Amino acid sequence: MPALTLYDAIGAALTEEMRRDRHIIAFGEGIATKRHDLVAEFGALRVRNTPLAEGIIAGTAVGAAATGLRPVVDMLFAPFLCYAMDELVNSAGKLRYMSGGQFAFPLVTLAMTGAGWGVGAQHNHNVEAWFVHSPGLKVVMPSNPADAKGLLKAAIRDDNPVLFFIDIGLLYQPGDVPLDEEVVPLGKAAVAREGSDVTVVSYGKTVHHCRQAAEMLATEGISAEIIDLRSLKPWDAATVLASVERTGRLVVVHEANRVCGVGAEIAAVVAEEAFACLKAPIVRLGGPDAPVASSYPLEQAFVPQPEAIAAAARRLCRRQIA
Amino acid sequence: MTPHPANPHEIDARPLLEQMLLIRAYEEAIVAGSDAGAIPGTCTSVGQEAAAVGVVNALGADDVILTNHRSAGHLLARGADPGRLLAEVMGRRDGYCKGRSGSLHISVKELGVVLTSTIVGAELSMAPGVALSQAMLGWPGIVACFFGDGAACEGSFHESLNLAALWNLPILYVCENNHWQAFVHRREAMSREHVSEWASSYGIPAQTVDGNDVAAVLAAARAAAEQVRASCRPYLLETWTYRTRGHFEPDDQSYVDPAERAAWLARDPITLCRDRLLAAGALNPSQAAAIDDRVATRIHAARAFAEASPYPAADELTRDVYA
Repeated sequence: MPALTLYDAIGAALTEEMRRDRHIIAFGEGIATKRHDLVAEFGALRVRNTPLAEGIIAGTAVGAAATGLRPVVDMLFAPFLCYAMDELVNSAGKLRYMSGGQFAFPLVTLAMTGAGWGVGAQHNHNVEAWFVHSPGLKVVMPSNPADAKGLLKAAIRDDNPVLFFIDIGLLYQPGDVPLDEEVVPLGKAAVAREGSDVTVVSYGKTVHHCRQAAEMLATEGISAEIIDLRSLKPWDAATVLASVERTGRLVVVHEANRVCGVGAEIAAVVAEEAFACLKAPIVRLGGPDAPVASSYPLEQAFVPQPEAIAAAARRLCRRQIA
Repeated sequence: MTPHPANPHEIDARPLLEQMLLIRAYEEAIVAGSDAGAIPGTCTSVGQEAAAVGVVNALGADDVILTNHRSAGHLLARGADPGRLLAEVMGRRDGYCKGRSGSLHISVKELGVVLTSTIVGAELSMAPGVALSQAMLGWPGIVACFFGDGAACEGSFHESLNLAALWNLPILYVCENNHWQAFVHRREAMSREHVSEWASSYGIPAQTVDGNDVAAVLAAARAAAEQVRASCRPYLLETWTYRTRGHFEPDDQSYVDPAERAAWLARDPITLCRDRLLAAGALNPSQAAAIDDRVATRIHAARAFAEASPYPAADELTRDVYA
């Protein structure tokens, strides 16, 4: 297996899928500039730069998706999606239902977010929960290059609008990527590490922080199971519930603001479905209710770090529900 | 394609009159039903019938239409069944969108009316994508995108025109300037008098036509559509018309200048068309009465059809969310 960065894994997925299906087109903010290999292979009509106007990029993708093309659009940074909310939420997410099923919207929206580049809160804001809350949309956020490639292939093949969030901090981290055309199904989590004492659910870069926490815990005799959600909508409740039923403890970790984050939904579903199995309260670790600062120490402090994750798991393992 | 007369005076306006009367009767049936509490209120297109009928009749079967919440004219002129439309407005199973849309966002894909949205300006944001599909997949036809002067004040109007000009997209932009942006007169919201003035900034040819003269609209729309087809480039046609009823039924229109409204009512597009046909001898009073009867019969049947259609079953609540 060759090592690719997440950025190159995305390029590999686009190349393979665009070879497979001539209906796939890619456009957005500088995609033709940055990925000239795609332009060279597929031509300037299928790979296009656009104005820096997220609303019309998304609207054009919605119109094209409903009438036969399968667009992948690059919006650069996730906070810019605020300019595209109407097109993604009101059009792509609703017009299938509202028209009685007359249209489908096979489109993928790429957007970067997360700590790592010190770009500040208008470039770094993990907004994935907004889209999880909106009907008709699917949401993914990979933690490694292999999943990025496989999830993007699945997202492109899916007939629904998919928000594909790219963790900035992982973009140029290399990882093994299978050579074959492996598709990672949407809605399927991965068990990143098996364990028996506590379940730790995460996605994106914090999966790696959870791994480091698990290493620390292992030296103390605590066995942590790490579940990498990969897909946030649909999310793999079955895998999470099965794990919690074995461990009896749950920590949910994400970089996004904790308030009404994806972790709140996971915690609620586990409380509803597996309360009898819980040996301790569910814990959520997430960013504070604050915009992200640019300053490196503050940007890092926003993100749940391995020590905090290990401490949370440790507390749960020492505590029993009376 | 059959050559069409370019001169409005050579157009046979009789079928256009019947379409306009059908639209008016449909809207008035909804208003009456709304007043009686039997039908939900809608955004009617009363007063704007010529603008819709003239443009839609200039389009071919391969052309695709995007429209908005004030869409009854476009849908009926395109051949939509008033019974299924009314069933949709009333939230019934036999509506074009299975009763999930109501009046505000009715799409009829089989007639080429796609992605109807009530978000002001959304039709403009989606039109380039539809035109891109047509161009890249090599389908015949152009995109006609209907919007109002209100939508022209949205950013999506300007972003859409810029992209369509940049990418050479075959879009006929049709601005129905009805003078009202919900409860605000266009004079309070627009820096220019005409939406067509903005098109030239993007290198897009444009024209404003009397939107209450159906033959003039048809002639202008045919020429505009031909230009889009021949050039594979966008064109903007502004139909200068007036919303003679309120924004949404019921609406007492207390905010409307009575003199302005009266002046436009005196130029009612249906009266204008009928009087012209009668004066030219192209229509006699008994033929006119026969048209009225046909229209009344269709609307009566539509109402009966819609009322007989059941409400959607409970399991429709979550169907068609995902493909």
